[in-house]
Amino acid sequence: MLKRKYLSFLVDNHEGVLTRISSLFRQRGFNIDSLTVSATNDGSLSRVTIGMSGDDEEIKQIINQTKKLYEYEGMFEIDPNDSLIRELLLVKVAANEHIRSSLLELATIYKAKIIDVSDGSMVFELTGKPIKLDSYIENLKPYKILEMCRTGATAMQRGKVKLSK
Amino acid sequence: MVLNGSQILANVLLENEVDTIFGYPGGAVLNIYDALYEYSDKITHIMTAHEQGASHAADGYARATGKTGVVLATSGPGATNLVTGIATAYMDSVPMVAITGNVPNSLIGRDSFQEVYIAGITMPITKHNFVVRNIKDLAPILRKAFKIAISGRPGPVLVDIPKDITAATTEYEPAPKQEADKLLSCYGDNISDIAEEINNAKKPVILFGGGVKNSNAGVILKRIIGKANIPATHTLMGAGVLRYDMPENLGMIGMHGSVAANKAVNNADVVITIGSRFSDRVALAPGKFAKKATMIHIDIDQSEIDKNVKTDYHVIGDAEYVLGELEPLLKEAKRDDWFAEINTLRRDIPYSTGGEMMHPKEIMDIISEVAGEDGLFVTDVGQHQMWAAQYLHHVKAENFLTSGGLGTMGYGYGAAIGAQIGTGRKPVFHITGDGSFHMNMNEACTAVTYNLPVISICINNEVLGMVRQWQTSFYGKRYSSTDPGRKTDYVKVAEGFGAKGYSCKTADEFRKALKEAVEYGGPVWIECRIGKDEKVLPMIPGGGTVDDIIYE
Repeated sequence: MLKRKYLSFLVDNHEGVLTRISSLFRQRGFNIDSLTVSATNDGSLSRVTIGMSGDDEEIKQIINQTKKLYEYEGMFEIDPNDSLIRELLLVKVAANEHIRSSLLELATIYKAKIIDVSDGSMVFELTGKPIKLDSYIENLKPYKILEMCRTGATAMQRGKVKLSK
Repeated sequence: MVLNGSQILANVLLENEVDTIFGYPGGAVLNIYDALYEYSDKITHIMTAHEQGASHAADGYARATGKTGVVLATSGPGATNLVTGIATAYMDSVPMVAITGNVPNSLIGRDSFQEVYIAGITMPITKHNFVVRNIKDLAPILRKAFKIAISGRPGPVLVDIPKDITAATTEYEPAPKQEADKLLSCYGDNISDIAEEINNAKKPVILFGGGVKNSNAGVILKRIIGKANIPATHTLMGAGVLRYDMPENLGMIGMHGSVAANKAVNNADVVITIGSRFSDRVALAPGKFAKKATMIHIDIDQSEIDKNVKTDYHVIGDAEYVLGELEPLLKEAKRDDWFAEINTLRRDIPYSTGGEMMHPKEIMDIISEVAGEDGLFVTDVGQHQMWAAQYLHHVKAENFLTSGGLGTMGYGYGAAIGAQIGTGRKPVFHITGDGSFHMNMNEACTAVTYNLPVISICINNEVLGMVRQWQTSFYGKRYSSTDPGRKTDYVKVAEGFGAKGYSCKTADEFRKALKEAVEYGGPVWIECRIGKDEKVLPMIPGGGTVDDIIYE
């Protein structure tokens, strides 16, 4: 059974570090679902969050190979049962007067925000666990999705910071 | 003191005791070559025929001396020509610093003349690489490059320097030589548990690879083999760590390994793997490899643990250190029954001599005889490489240089040149085949320019023997593109380059030519004719096990 797993690495904020990580994953044939790189509270460091579905061996290889990168600085523990995993979705849906109310109803259920209403379309913003975004998108399928983008997950353990080398 | 980037490069090389570099000039490195002119009394630059030759020379220099090899090339094609040499060094964990020039920062990203993003190209084949964007970063980056190349599992590092950086000036402050971050600890499973497994074993086998060479763990390994009375087999990269005639040495394992080595590992109850990564040429069927054994893995690189073959115990650390911890915990043992069993597993592959042409084993025997125990051998890739691995009289780890992981045809000549320059050994024996030799024989001009005693022994079967052997065994003798029908006259070509050439058919002719070549003291080519149907045996086909060994 493939497990959905999130890995969170701390790396030096060098130019090209994203290329290096994605090159490594491509080279080793790792299947990843999402990859995000972002700034941290320390300007010299970036945080990389990887969402992947793989068996334990594959996850171990990803971790061990990533640790060999010269820019690797540490790894945060992300226990899926005790972590905050969030993703942002923007979705533009075709909307005429007749369906606006049902779109609004769906948005209310998911706590999605309306961030644009234009002639013939609406844009919703939803933040949450990737699985919640999946479910919202599933429910939007009867409507006409004109455009959509997701950021990929970012993750953080609750409570004490557990950073290992 | 204020220096320009090129002078800073020269000074950081000197800080790191680099007195020899290999390279080829060009537009983007003109400033660097101008500094090399200035520093020519301290740094010798060896110019090769082709950047690939220079990269292999830096590799051969590093393998033979244990020092970091340095190669320098210009931007664009100069840089891309290094790629095969860098990848070769990466796969065999050879410390190397590759320096490339690039177009000035102002022209980067504009598809300028001879511009290529070499940092992107070499990302998967270097331990790390750098692009120098600011003159102030140059010295620190170069120092880091030297440190990374030698620390932990060694490997190549590339530093790409745009041309404007080589001319810009800044304050230079000398720094001490970069030393490896030597891992003086280890982690993983308990060494006492591992020792207990070994002490309780009835049929243990040690399998070791290039990691033992890299950590200079050969001496302690021999002590352990003696004390605990354990037979040992090595990978291609481990050849020479144990003497060829040591009774506990079962020879090479794997696709063309000895029958005894492969069967011993198959029958073993404990396999202790040291500095080796279970490549597909060693553990041909990873799921069936040493199935009866408790597997112990000692390696410096954590990512090698359970990568190819699952192990029961593992320790991550420098081989010499870990073996040092293990040795006192091992009990003295006598395993006569196990050695007696192994003796029944031995099987020599018969061969005949005295025919019209030599047998490859005869050639290797003559080379070993003439070279003696100090002979430094560098091979190319193919059948001759496997014969050299199987039949040469290996006595020292640093005396056998071969491209194991990448299997780079054309590696040998450059590497032999680098090894000769690094060691001053007279001569260096470059063992090649007609296929590999044609790839980079142009380096003869380098050997002639510097009058290097490199003897190239070209084992000529007129075909691409290794590929052809597979076509014979697995493709119904459909010889697709392996019989090029070349008419190269090796003696004439050698002479054309200004080297000396011989062509031999019989063992007597070859022995005489080789002795003359050693006496001659300069670059020599010796062609040895063999039959095109000679095979490398035994052989386990890819994905196979000891049940699939081909003997003839």
